[in-house]
Amino acid sequence: MNQPTLNMPSLSSGFLSVVRRDVLLAWKRPGDVLNPLFFFAMVSTLFPLAVGPSSEELAFSGPGVVWVAALLAALLSLNSLFMSDFEDGSLDQLILSPQPLPMTALAKALAHWLITGLPLVLVSPLVAITFQMPAQTISVMMVTLTFGTVSLSLLGSIGAALTVGLHRGTALLSLLILPLAMPILIFGARTVSLAAADDAVSAGVYFLAAYCMLTLTLAPFATAAALRISNE
Amino acid sequence: MTELLSGSDLCLFRGDRCLFTALEFALNTGELLVIEGPNGSGKTSFLRGIAGLLEFETGTVRWSSKRVTDDYQGFRADIVWLSHKVGCKADLNLLENLRFESGLRATDEARLQAVLERLSLSRLTELPLRSLSAGQQRRVALARLLLARARIWMMDEPFTNLDKAGHSLVEELISEHLADGGGCIVASHQALNVDGSTRRVSLQ
Repeated sequence: MNQPTLNMPSLSSGFLSVVRRDVLLAWKRPGDVLNPLFFFAMVSTLFPLAVGPSSEELAFSGPGVVWVAALLAALLSLNSLFMSDFEDGSLDQLILSPQPLPMTALAKALAHWLITGLPLVLVSPLVAITFQMPAQTISVMMVTLTFGTVSLSLLGSIGAALTVGLHRGTALLSLLILPLAMPILIFGARTVSLAAADDAVSAGVYFLAAYCMLTLTLAPFATAAALRISNE
Repeated sequence: MTELLSGSDLCLFRGDRCLFTALEFALNTGELLVIEGPNGSGKTSFLRGIAGLLEFETGTVRWSSKRVTDDYQGFRADIVWLSHKVGCKADLNLLENLRFESGLRATDEARLQAVLERLSLSRLTELPLRSLSAGQQRRVALARLLLARARIWMMDEPFTNLDKAGHSLVEELISEHLADGGGCIVASHQALNVDGSTRRVSLQ
């Protein structure tokens, strides 16, 4: 009979399996991916139409609008992070698999970023053009959005894990996540504004990178603990 | 015959209601443990407690003579969980679901093919689970059970949605597993006809 010691799987294969499965699921149900992206594109392209065509006003409001739209789009997609796993019983299986739960949580958050955050970063230059942003500002915006969306996916995984057992937990999830997401919004939008004004941006970018590292190291453990509690 | 799992002085509350107190159980290799009781008596909660998904108020569960909480990851490698939910993704096909499972556990492709063969699922590999019948989906859940190569099977209502042939297939699989030196805990209100010694825990 098999000895339990022979049965221990490798960490990387488990991590990659979770990421691959979630990306594959998103590929088979593209609506889940396209909804937040569509929301992001709609909000940020409708805004210039409402504010007016003056390039001065657009340059002033552009960074803030893009960042608010990105934050809301990320929040919109978070609710589903663990919901389908909870409903079909896969969450029990993930928790009871021999993989460490924080690694699984990290893999879920990474997959979520690949599905929602990365497309958003890639689409953002198109949106930026409607605000007449110069190329230099666009590159800063993409860097800050990258750090910001990674942090949001990781922070959001904590909130999604805490609210997974509740039906219609979206409002609660937003309330839980928004205070923690405020620094990302403030520093992100401000850094892009500074770039538009030709000021130094490194401080803001460093802050976002540091915040991203902080969430990357701590969020998986919080998510794992939250999952155990909500799955009771 | 060595001991796989045992629990002593177990007590569990759900809300204000006490489901059981001072409950004991033991499971040795080659044995089947049946958890009996009417609906709402806490069969599923008991099983979830043993697996560590719920926390008992008092008492300890021991696995190969150490506390489960001391080596929870090792314990998880040694159990496999089958609930009344399938636990697979309805949008993915059978092969994608099982490959995911073998990524989480240390199994290989040859094992996967053997399991498909054993459960006569080879023809259904390309269809998304959504389009399979409820009974066929249960067979997929059984495939995951075999794939895991765990010594302890924990099954909550394994006969849900299964026809007569499926019913006897489950009994056959359990008998083989017990003969192979494994152990099995089943929460069910249906009669089981299995080769191997059977213990019972009754909940009121």
